[in-house]
Amino acid sequence: MESELDLIKKFEAYLHQELSADDLIAFEQERKNNASFEQKFIAHLSFIKDLKSYGERKNLSIQMDKIHATLDLSALKDQALEKPTLIISLWVKHKKNLAVAASVAIVFTMATLLSTGFFKNGSQNTSYSALKRDMESIKRSQNALIRNINNKSKDIAPSQFGGTGFALTSSGYLVTNYHVVEGADSVYVQNSKGESFKVKTIYVDPSSDIAVLQIDDQAFENLSPLPYAFKKTNSDIGEDVYTIGYPKDDVVYGKGYLSSSTGFGGDSIAYQISIPVNPGNSGGPLLDNKGNVIGIVSGKQTQADGAAFAIKSDFLLKAIDNIPQDSLTKKIIINKKNTLASLSRTQQIKKLQDYIFVVKVYNN
Amino acid sequence: MSIKIKHYKPTDQEIIIGILNNSSSTLEHIYVVYFPMVLKLIINNNGNEEEAKDIFQEGVLVLHDKIKSGDFELSSKLKTFIYAVCRRLWLKRLSQKSRFSGDIKDYEDYFSVEQDVAQFEEKDEQFLMMNVALSSLGEPCKTIIEDFYLRNSSMQDISEKFGYTNADNAKTQKYKCLQRLKKLFFNQK
Repeated sequence: MESELDLIKKFEAYLHQELSADDLIAFEQERKNNASFEQKFIAHLSFIKDLKSYGERKNLSIQMDKIHATLDLSALKDQALEKPTLIISLWVKHKKNLAVAASVAIVFTMATLLSTGFFKNGSQNTSYSALKRDMESIKRSQNALIRNINNKSKDIAPSQFGGTGFALTSSGYLVTNYHVVEGADSVYVQNSKGESFKVKTIYVDPSSDIAVLQIDDQAFENLSPLPYAFKKTNSDIGEDVYTIGYPKDDVVYGKGYLSSSTGFGGDSIAYQISIPVNPGNSGGPLLDNKGNVIGIVSGKQTQADGAAFAIKSDFLLKAIDNIPQDSLTKKIIINKKNTLASLSRTQQIKKLQDYIFVVKVYNN
Repeated sequence: MSIKIKHYKPTDQEIIIGILNNSSSTLEHIYVVYFPMVLKLIINNNGNEEEAKDIFQEGVLVLHDKIKSGDFELSSKLKTFIYAVCRRLWLKRLSQKSRFSGDIKDYEDYFSVEQDVAQFEEKDEQFLMMNVALSSLGEPCKTIIEDFYLRNSSMQDISEKFGYTNADNAKTQKYKCLQRLKKLFFNQK
């Protein structure tokens, strides 16, 4: 067994070609026949290779350091450094202040929007207000009144919402706005004489905001024939119009003119009218000079003066056509004869009053 | 064979040939042309010029190793390769220093060089081990080994330098030194 030093001697002599011809043959022979010898030789070779590449690298590093020393480093650095533009440097400087200012602004905006009720409805409804009357505000005064009634007769809670409705036929069909009766548990109507009748909702069309009601009360007797007709064509801008409704417990007359042939946000199913209307007017008829019904008062724009809206009567007629007739106990026959045309406005109103009802909505 | 490269812009192919032949002018060319690019990358990404120097030199060593190992195919521009390698090295350095914010400002195109950098790091470890082994070898062994294997001096010169009576004595000494170096090197593992 050869010592390690002897092996190294042999390997080195072989690598540097210092072996005699005989020794060379013996060496090659041993590499072939002796696996462990061959392995050691290869390990030695790789070690020498590592040593040489170490040298090469070290040499390279020294060379590079020399080159590096000749460079004008500060000039290169100046070139390489990104110069921040004025805006960026201002931004970096005032970043924190801006962030604080922005968050304060956001908080205030949100607080303002919240306190003004911006988030309560969809964005369109912020400026469109349906004219349903909320009874909550006058509940207290009514309570007193109802208590008196209570003592005498049956127990009726005050209605929560109110609107206006008007007769569609003399047989007890009425029309009002869908938003008036939406979500109602029970609906009553009251005529100008103060008589109350229970009604049932027989048809609603939320897209055109129309509800058809039927008086479902034995106390109800048929009305006399309707004095007004329903206009099938559109009315013109500038036409004088008026409405009768119940924004309070007594009937209120309102007069104005038709100001645009489209409704809120360009809605083509409605007119824009310039009439003073208030919560409670919803569902009231819109009539022209001759006493034809041309629409149903439905809402107004909160941020504009004198912009109210009424659903066009031809959409009402279309809605009535859509009611499946076989579901009705009595047929709906639309009156085509107008007996108001020649009367003065006060006479018209007197006649109309009997056909216009307060709609009282209860939803517990 | 030595290729003289003076004041004209050598092609990438010429640079590769220059590196294969240890041309110092090629090295200088690489250094002068590409160092500013790497400097820009590093000083604009949380580094200083000392770090730029380290990273660039390591990058050149990666290129050197790759060309010498013979598996360098010029699939991209040399510039892109150097940039990609230095970028990778710098990302590693940044994450070691935990200064890495996950976002690096780039100035050039690059591609993945993971494998090349990993190979280089393996070699780097051997390099450090060899450095330790050599510096703990002591004189005269260190100089004899360095002269013979690294500076390619002849045994004749070495025996004269160290005052050996003949080259054979010097050779025996060299074998002993090599044996000790091997022991030092492998015992670290």
